[in-house]
Amino acid sequence: MILGNLLYIIFSGVAYGVLLFLMSAGLAVTQGLMRFANLAHAAFAMLGGYLAVTLMNSYGWPFLLTLPIAALGTALFAGTLERLLFRRFYNVSQLYQIMLTVGIVSMSVASVTFIWGSVNQPVRMPSYLSGSIQVGNFDIDVYRLFLIVAGGLVVWALIWGIDSTSFGAKVRAAVDNRRVTSSCGINVDRLFMTAFFIGSALAGLGGALSVNLVGLSPTFALDFLAYVLIVVTLGGHGSMKGALVAALLLGVVDVAGKYYVPQTGPFIIYALTVVVLFWRPHGLFAKA
Amino acid sequence: MTAIEIPAPAPVVTPQERAHKVFAFTSRWRWEEIAFWVVAALSILIFPTHLVLIAQVLITGLFALSFDLLVGYAGIPSLGHAAFFGIGAYTAGLLARAGWTEPISGLLIAALVAGIAGFALSVVVSRLTGIGLIMITLGVGLLLYEAAHSARGITGGDDGLSGINIAPIFGHFQFDFYGKTAVVYTYVVVFLLYLLARRIVNSPFGLEMKGIRENVRRVPAIGIPLRKRYMVVFTVSAAFAGVAGALLGQITQTVALSALSFDRSAAALIMVMIGGMGTLIGALVGAAAYMVAQDRLSDLNPVYWNFWVGLLLVLFVLFARGGLIGGVDRLIVWIRSKRKKS
Repeated sequence: MILGNLLYIIFSGVAYGVLLFLMSAGLAVTQGLMRFANLAHAAFAMLGGYLAVTLMNSYGWPFLLTLPIAALGTALFAGTLERLLFRRFYNVSQLYQIMLTVGIVSMSVASVTFIWGSVNQPVRMPSYLSGSIQVGNFDIDVYRLFLIVAGGLVVWALIWGIDSTSFGAKVRAAVDNRRVTSSCGINVDRLFMTAFFIGSALAGLGGALSVNLVGLSPTFALDFLAYVLIVVTLGGHGSMKGALVAALLLGVVDVAGKYYVPQTGPFIIYALTVVVLFWRPHGLFAKA
Repeated sequence: MTAIEIPAPAPVVTPQERAHKVFAFTSRWRWEEIAFWVVAALSILIFPTHLVLIAQVLITGLFALSFDLLVGYAGIPSLGHAAFFGIGAYTAGLLARAGWTEPISGLLIAALVAGIAGFALSVVVSRLTGIGLIMITLGVGLLLYEAAHSARGITGGDDGLSGINIAPIFGHFQFDFYGKTAVVYTYVVVFLLYLLARRIVNSPFGLEMKGIRENVRRVPAIGIPLRKRYMVVFTVSAAFAGVAGALLGQITQTVALSALSFDRSAAALIMVMIGGMGTLIGALVGAAAYMVAQDRLSDLNPVYWNFWVGLLLVLFVLFARGGLIGGVDRLIVWIRSKRKKS
């Protein structure tokens, strides 16, 4: 029984961790590239969620088809925002970046409430993604399994892209040293734009995938802001694998906390993060 | 033979004298400051039905001022400054409930507790920069909110603390129903702390803080211990915020969970930006503008309020980084240059 609980926690935690990783990966890269403190990243994920829900509920699209649209729509929106606003703020004090993105979060929460209302959005998953299958005396939730498999594929593609493509090599170079990279003739501005686009698409995808698991309401942008920042901080800036490990860890600890001591809410996560940062201020995997 | 005129020797200005002149110039009372405090005092006389609002504006202004010390002078961004406001408020509330009803010592104890909390956090904050710094301040803010929410036995959870009884000030001035004593008490406390904050930023220490804001790397190069300065600023700022929280708890005789909320931290950011960062008086002006607008527009759906506040923040950060005070300053310079021409 104890073993069963433990397996359940790890299974659910990993599924949740994959979601958190999708939502944070973009921020980890763009933060590493431009040192741009984008607090609106979780708002992008929220937009992805609302796009998917609207397509499903109002237009009757099948769930799987809404995912690429949610990713693309979010990326287009975020990309426009980047070209119009964010790029003016790369070389100014971080204070202004924070103020700008806090303003955008505030506006996005208000806009989403205005358009969709403040209630939790209902979603109905297709039958092949709901229910559970029994393996031995262990119930496996189909949707979480889908998250782990599909999300895992995206994660693998992402890490492969960063590790083994020329684009990934350029990104890694720019994270390590932006000035030297650009003096090698690499257009860091365009590189950043592409990375920002992909990162926002992932956030949108993560937002769309998370609706069935955590629900969707206008406070999503704030609720997940803390989680996204925790993943990026603990993982170390610009490190994909660090962010992945941090996200999985966070997912498992969060599920375990909610299972064993539900009355404390997200208290355990925040406490743990603060303790870890006292011990390793630059993240779990920071280079010396 | 014509007398050769020997020019009088130029008066020797020692570096010390020059420094004194610079300090005297930067620490002069600007008319915006005088105007704010005069208007605040007059409004107490003119609007006797709005005394509670005026007191709350001053308290929120003090909170924004403490945030300005942190963000506008030392350049340390924080998204969890409400933590210290809340600590101060709960300290004052719990003290009074435990029978310690003397208000002024209550404020001092609240400042001390908030300062100690600030110092503890500064140990880790002073080692972080960028997004890690934002994360830890946000994390600690949320942590305290959740803790206060869960610890029903001590903090009252969602219901907060109510029925806080405060003894008369100096054993003589009883807090009255209309808030007359409360508003005068608040005005005096906030004004004294404003003088203290002015003294701090116009000292050599304040100059070091501005140095940190302008160029973090050069500051250690001229021999200023960066980490220690960060820790001192953070502690002082936390203590100021603690007094603001304690004041609110004392004059409203309640402490709500919202004292610790993220909204309060974000509001401080907005007020300081609107008023003008790094000016002290800007924090008070920004708080007044924000609170009065919120009071006037209270019929407005809070959804719209959030939208316009967000838009305002974006516009200010795009086009008017000096805030209202910076705008007024530019206006004065413009008028003077016009006058000189004509």
